[in-house]
Amino acid sequence: MSTTRSGIEVKPVYGPDDVTQAPPPPGEYPFTRGIHPNMYLGKLWTMRQYAGFGTPRETNQRFKYLLGQGQTGLSLALDLPTQLGIDADDPEAEGEIGKVGVSIGSLADMEELFAGIPLGKVSTSMTINATAPILLAMYEEAARKQGVADDRIAGTVQNDLLKEFGARGAWLFPIEPSMRLACDLIEDTVKRLPRFNPISIASHYRDAGANPAEEMAYTLCAGKAYVENLLARGLPADTFAPRLSFFFYTYTNFFEEVAKYRAGRRIWARLLKEKYGAKEPESWRLRAACVCGGHSLTRAEPLNNIARTTLETFAVACSGLQSVFTAAYDEAFAIPTELSARTALRVQQVVAYETEVAQTVDPLGGSYFVEALTDRMEEAIGKTMADIDERGGFVEALRGGYVQQRIAQRAYEHQRAVEKGEVAVVGVNKFRTVGEAHEEPEMEITSASPEAAREAATRVARVKKERDARKARAALRALSEAAAGQGNLQPHIREAVRAYCTVGEIASALKERFGAYQPPTRF
Amino acid sequence: MDRKIRVLVGKPGLDGHDRGARVIAAALRDAGMEVVYTGLRASVPAIAAAAAQEDVDVIGLSILSGAHESICRRLVEELKKQKADIPVVVGGIIPAVDHEGLRALGVAAVFGPESPLGAVV
Repeated sequence: MSTTRSGIEVKPVYGPDDVTQAPPPPGEYPFTRGIHPNMYLGKLWTMRQYAGFGTPRETNQRFKYLLGQGQTGLSLALDLPTQLGIDADDPEAEGEIGKVGVSIGSLADMEELFAGIPLGKVSTSMTINATAPILLAMYEEAARKQGVADDRIAGTVQNDLLKEFGARGAWLFPIEPSMRLACDLIEDTVKRLPRFNPISIASHYRDAGANPAEEMAYTLCAGKAYVENLLARGLPADTFAPRLSFFFYTYTNFFEEVAKYRAGRRIWARLLKEKYGAKEPESWRLRAACVCGGHSLTRAEPLNNIARTTLETFAVACSGLQSVFTAAYDEAFAIPTELSARTALRVQQVVAYETEVAQTVDPLGGSYFVEALTDRMEEAIGKTMADIDERGGFVEALRGGYVQQRIAQRAYEHQRAVEKGEVAVVGVNKFRTVGEAHEEPEMEITSASPEAAREAATRVARVKKERDARKARAALRALSEAAAGQGNLQPHIREAVRAYCTVGEIASALKERFGAYQPPTRF
Repeated sequence: MDRKIRVLVGKPGLDGHDRGARVIAAALRDAGMEVVYTGLRASVPAIAAAAAQEDVDVIGLSILSGAHESICRRLVEELKKQKADIPVVVGGIIPAVDHEGLRALGVAAVFGPESPLGAVV
């Protein structure tokens, strides 16, 4: 019998006997069929394409271009030095400035990045983690300078440090202070910015190798760890749970992806209601964004990737998620060109406006196969979650390297399965074109100009020269002292940002107290 | 019997996506080689020093962030300085237009996604 990517057996035919529970209507606990009664009839998913490279000015132009093409939200990519708290004039940043995202050194850069973009009208998602407290402070300050009120500032910071240890590797501080900073940000933000999502608990475990059931399991386990940290601070679940959001990966295994999201919503709703005592239905709803693409895309015959991302985007639309990023077909080469970025957005628009998927809620609900697969996925996800619980919870399982090793093992198994032809990848191990078509096509490559790096370093130097030096020093000292204590660090970080301290200076002030994480090197 | 081939797998630069590096390390190990993995964000001097100390026969770098030119140039220089004659191969997201430039720097081979494990081994 054939199986899904998570190893669930697939029968040749499904019928009424395979469905044990008819899920309640959409919008009703436990939200198998969707978190709202009217789903896309009320509000279509947000089309949010990840963008950012080079200088704040270049990214500002790409943002304006995407908004002009009908995109409905912004998604900011930041370069690695910014993600890791390294200033552009630091030798450690060499070669990486402006490469995988835009370089933001200080509040001055953030102001330039959003010049002429009304932050009271668009929402911005920032893929930022270790330095999320700094970048969020910069974003809200830039919005305030545009005259935007706190209750109009909207968006998301990823701020999920656990998946950095588990899969993505952009950690900075050891696990405990990382959890503290992440939860300080959540606690502070839910009190002040009612339209801002202070965390997007993300599933990079999948792109690192985990199968779909494990992806959902690890991500929900991380969610539990954040909830438990916040509860331990004395915050009732209903004060923060409605603002927690998630981020997942979707590949071409269409039906299993749909079942994954339906099962995940069910598990999260039950956890919040039954285990954590949340009373408000808003606290039980798993709100999620997702990326279509990632490891499912191939370098061979890159235009095939448009077919893949179309299926993936359609799967997400059938699953009722809230926000979608569709990857560009050239992702396996470099950062997207204007053509590939526009085509990716068009994929979403074709799915949204040329199919019936947005005209009715949960169009696959009641399918014998989908309902049965949802149940099987729920079991598989639950099994992995129980395994993590037995190991003392997700933080403990990460500390010992258990999760990382499981994921690496899965990645290796997958690669071997592809090479043996057990998992089909069209154009790679199946129907592989020999000769010319397999050569890398000539593509226009977008890359950051060498001037971008010099310019970034110059901007950091200029801001250090032009700011009130005494105010900046005092803010850094206050932050460093606060880090030695127990209080919430976010207000101190905000002060440092307002004093035009740089990302590198603020990260260093914290690093002095917290030290740096030492990763395991086993593989 | 001949001494086992010794390989250093390095993940230099700031990027943390090490799925590729780990898969390659496991494949090389299963092919009977001795593998040293230097972990995330290993600096160029640290990789060169580890390569010399472990007396490896080849260095494999995994680079996805676009910083390949700068990193390879610095590593090849560092190895020259230490008079260590160790071939360097690179895998990751490397645009084809850059392959020749990397070879000119002294990189022995460049691999991309979907390079079969066997070819790398």
